[in-house]
Amino acid sequence: MSSQGAGVVIIGSGQAGAEVATCLRQMGYPGRIQMVGEEVHLPYRRPPLSKEYLGREVSLESLAIKSGAVYAKAGIELLRGVRAVAIERDARTVRLEDGRVLAYDALVLATGGRNRPLPLPGAEASNVHYLRTIEESHAIGEAMVPGKSLVVIGGGYIGLEVAAIGIKHGLKVTALVRGPRVLARVTGPEMSSFYEGVHRQAGVDVRTGVTITALQTVAGKATAILLADGEIIPADVVVIGNGLIPSVELAQAAGLEVGDGILVDAHACTSDPHILAVGDVANHPNPLYGRRMRFESVPNATEQARTVAATICGKALPYRPIPWFWSNQYDLKLQMVGISEGYDDVVFRGEPASRSFSAFYLKDGVVIAADTVNHMQDFMAAKQLVARGRPVDRARLADTALPLKSLFED
Amino acid sequence: MTRIVYIEHDGTAHQVDAENGTNLMQVAIDNLIPGIVGDCGGACNCATCHCYVDPQYLASLAAPSQDELAVLDGLLNPQPGSRLSCQIKLAPELEGMVVRLPASQFF
Repeated sequence: MSSQGAGVVIIGSGQAGAEVATCLRQMGYPGRIQMVGEEVHLPYRRPPLSKEYLGREVSLESLAIKSGAVYAKAGIELLRGVRAVAIERDARTVRLEDGRVLAYDALVLATGGRNRPLPLPGAEASNVHYLRTIEESHAIGEAMVPGKSLVVIGGGYIGLEVAAIGIKHGLKVTALVRGPRVLARVTGPEMSSFYEGVHRQAGVDVRTGVTITALQTVAGKATAILLADGEIIPADVVVIGNGLIPSVELAQAAGLEVGDGILVDAHACTSDPHILAVGDVANHPNPLYGRRMRFESVPNATEQARTVAATICGKALPYRPIPWFWSNQYDLKLQMVGISEGYDDVVFRGEPASRSFSAFYLKDGVVIAADTVNHMQDFMAAKQLVARGRPVDRARLADTALPLKSLFED
Repeated sequence: MTRIVYIEHDGTAHQVDAENGTNLMQVAIDNLIPGIVGDCGGACNCATCHCYVDPQYLASLAAPSQDELAVLDGLLNPQPGSRLSCQIKLAPELEGMVVRLPASQFF
């Protein structure tokens, strides 16, 4: 996929798109690089939007992954605040909403995703928020006035992180979770129970297994959440964390193979070898788990970006990720590695009550995933255990007197 | 401005002059130096900005925090000069400091 003059066009200016652009230069790509983004901002880090930034601990400037001068110096053209509307594969061009047409030798789809809406009456009210962008984080931050009632809908990372910041800012916080437990999509029942306890202790009214029938609105503002059992929960501010819908429409309209995301191979190529996909939107064959997977995480974006850049530069760097995720709530740093789905045994290392412990998920004696809370040493070692995929001694795994590293030093 | 020399695992050297107060991870990223990833943005969460500081400069650095020590303790390839580059702020006394980068930030 050598340069024939048109260069690389990247659609999407999130963490994945930005990383592809700079990795291309690091790998010596000499051609033109154009990055098209719907947002007006320089590429920025999203994780702090529900954590340190919402908690007013870090500045807006600190969110930018790199300064504008870095892109300029590297000859990376940023087309900001503009949407790509069509891919013309035969002509190898991308059409933008303002009429511009960009030619490409290689096209990278880093389109990410958008908030999954909550299909309920009243969810369109002006004080009902979602959280993906800087503007959305600002809107939630401004609404976080001490003493007000915040209702968080959803028990995933976003919901729980926003609940924790709400408590920090002195709001009365209720978390409504449809499933039987929080973090159900990403962890086991023991860890869910620990986090429910942490939030309740901090003052959050955590309700699991609830069915919401509607949001009550007055003059376009939500005033309460109506539950199926007849209960009415007053709300001044509502934040919905209902997950992400991958933005596959451009790819789909261009006739590329899509499923849960845009389907790519180990080299991040789509069904058109001149078009690659990366990050939240890309569905890749995962060698560790032996099936197709799509991850929504920064490490996935940055690591897969290297595969994309290598492919475009004519080098092979097949994508073999060990997925990992992090979430900060209160004083707790949760770090997760691997995917626990299908585990048949769980081993705890340390006591949850100490607020520094780990849970290891095993299948056939092999560690397939781990959750660590305030325990960086275990997290680093857990990455190795998951990558190695060899059976471990569960008694030694649980023995806090033995450094975890010793499990793979022999 | 302070001059820092980053040396990649394969020996490639990058000499950069950067503003005091900036951290070593951001300086590497802003200068497109391969070998520093910085996934978590400097929150001491990911250990993908690990570097080895030349011994003669170690004493000039502020001691690592408890969070950073925990990360360093978990590294598989630690050396006496191991630090997280996101936790080191540029200052005049670091002029000329040599920072070596590991073969990989992932394993």
